[in-house]
Amino acid sequence: MISILYEILNTIRRNKMRTFLTGFAVAWGIFMLIVLLGSGNGLKNGFSSNFGDRLMNVVQVSSWRTNIPYAGFQSGRRVNLDNRDVKLTSAEYGNYINFVIGNINLGSKNISNGAEYLSSSMSGVNPKRIIIDGAKITQGNGRFINDLDIRENRKVIVISQRAKEILFKNESAIGKTVNVSGIIYTVVGVYYIENRQDVTTSYIPISTAQIIYNRGINLSNFAFTLNENIYDKETNDEFMSSYRKRIAQVHQVSPEDDNAIWYWNRFEGYLEMANVSKFINIAVWIIGIFTLLSGIVGVSNIMLITVRERTREFGIRKSIGASPLSILKLVIAESIFVTTIFGYIGLVCGVGITEFASQFFQPEQAGRNSFNAFLNPTVDINVAVQATLLLIIAGTVAGFFPALKAVRIKTIEALNNK
Amino acid sequence: MPKIIKLKNINKTYYNGAPLHVLKGIDIEINRGEFVSIMGSSGSGKSTLLNILGILDNYDTGEYYLNDVLIKNLSETRAAYFRNKLIGFVFQSFNLISFKNAMENVALPLYYQKTGRKTRNKTALEYLDKLGLKEWAYHMPNELSGGQKQRVAIARALISKPQIILADEPTGALDSKTSAEVLDVLKKVNETGMTMIIVTHESGVANQTNKIIRLKDGIIESVEDNSEHNFSSFGIQNIK
Repeated sequence: MISILYEILNTIRRNKMRTFLTGFAVAWGIFMLIVLLGSGNGLKNGFSSNFGDRLMNVVQVSSWRTNIPYAGFQSGRRVNLDNRDVKLTSAEYGNYINFVIGNINLGSKNISNGAEYLSSSMSGVNPKRIIIDGAKITQGNGRFINDLDIRENRKVIVISQRAKEILFKNESAIGKTVNVSGIIYTVVGVYYIENRQDVTTSYIPISTAQIIYNRGINLSNFAFTLNENIYDKETNDEFMSSYRKRIAQVHQVSPEDDNAIWYWNRFEGYLEMANVSKFINIAVWIIGIFTLLSGIVGVSNIMLITVRERTREFGIRKSIGASPLSILKLVIAESIFVTTIFGYIGLVCGVGITEFASQFFQPEQAGRNSFNAFLNPTVDINVAVQATLLLIIAGTVAGFFPALKAVRIKTIEALNNK
Repeated sequence: MPKIIKLKNINKTYYNGAPLHVLKGIDIEINRGEFVSIMGSSGSGKSTLLNILGILDNYDTGEYYLNDVLIKNLSETRAAYFRNKLIGFVFQSFNLISFKNAMENVALPLYYQKTGRKTRNKTALEYLDKLGLKEWAYHMPNELSGGQKQRVAIARALISKPQIILADEPTGALDSKTSAEVLDVLKKVNETGMTMIIVTHESGVANQTNKIIRLKDGIIESVEDNSEHNFSSFGIQNIK
């Protein structure tokens, strides 16, 4: 084994150009593949990061003023959503949804703790809001609004990590009170949302909000999650058109009036993203396979030339006692050696450049309106290693057949080969 | 005298288009330690005969005993083994591997005998020393003169301690002075007891050998004793 390695090293050292060309084809193929896969992953990661951990199947319904005169009403009428819409939705569309929750936007409020204060938007919410917003509460940071808070109209508040840092610095906020424009709330939880460190929205129980801020049964908006009966664009469109008609009828507005009642269907965005992801995936794979193929073709081309060039040498070796098998072994071992070394170089360069690039594409932290087009453009090391192995095998096979051909040439003909 | 080579009624036909009967029943016996030349014009079958002797080519009918082993229908691997063990080649065009230096070229037969690298390089240096090429051991073939290359090739042929040396026009690519030197080397090798067979069409070369086998149109025309080295190019020794 060591003996054959010496033989290979000797051959390689004396045939630098040939070795370099073979190796370059391999290294380049792997490098391009990794960069390509990394870029594809970057795009995909960028897209999905914009959705974060929030639920993908949420529809949010809000209202404003009518734009279209309808049923005897002039345009410009204010439309109000309320608890009855929530009940109707869960009663009539229960087959398509998991749950419905109302929400009250209380606008911007001043929240203070002694001398520390911040201005943050506040919402009256249901316990399930935490799922829809993708908020998380870690161990030791209390809890979210619960059913008991709602039933007993408790004056409790859940604040964001950012708000906690401003109001309480390094101390724990749980059990302490904050002053919200003259009303005292007890902090029961501190939440965070991944990739949205600047979020400051505070949550209080919806019942408390309706009473204290005098909202009656009115809601600012409500949201529901679609269940497995809505799974593609078609079922989604069908459901939405039926649902819009129904809500429009209840509030006596035109179903075409997008200003009166408007819907934000996250599932549609998700479907679009899934489409884009799928497209990127397919594109990356197609280009990747062709890149790999060109690498393989490059390797086999050079192998073919190499073996042809060495026909006479093989003849000489055979005339002094080399068996056909030993020649074959020599060629294949050399091929494996070269492709492995250079494949590894290409792998390291490719991973290096994707990791280097990923430093420039840190997640945006500007809050709600941030958008990441490109994030973490790196590849799974398994994919990289598999691609390298594939190329090594391909290189070997590519070298094998020309080698076999060369070995089969009669020694005497090989010797006379110029 | 022990016979190192016995050829009995060797026939060889090439089938490239029209069948070409190249060797038509060759019978040769060569003793151990003999210095023999095979002469003939081109097309006489002398190269084919050498290829068969060197186990580089097969024959159709007949029997070929090399060192009392029947050499017939061998597999490539088996043929390679016998070439390595029994035969040393010296070619007209030297056939050195261009990217290996003189020492590595000489050591190569030992590589195929699975000798360790250090031992084979040491042995190669010894053989190069014997042929007066010690200072050239680390030179590449393209840095050597024709005569030096041929001496490297002879060292390579000798290193595996073969039973016979087959030389195919060993001076064909050399000038007269260098030819004489190389022939001198071959002669000295023969004097150590090595059986030596030279294929040539040059009478001057043949005259250096002790026995001349003349081949014509695939049959042996004559076998002449030449121990007096007074061979004339016409092959008629007795007329002077």
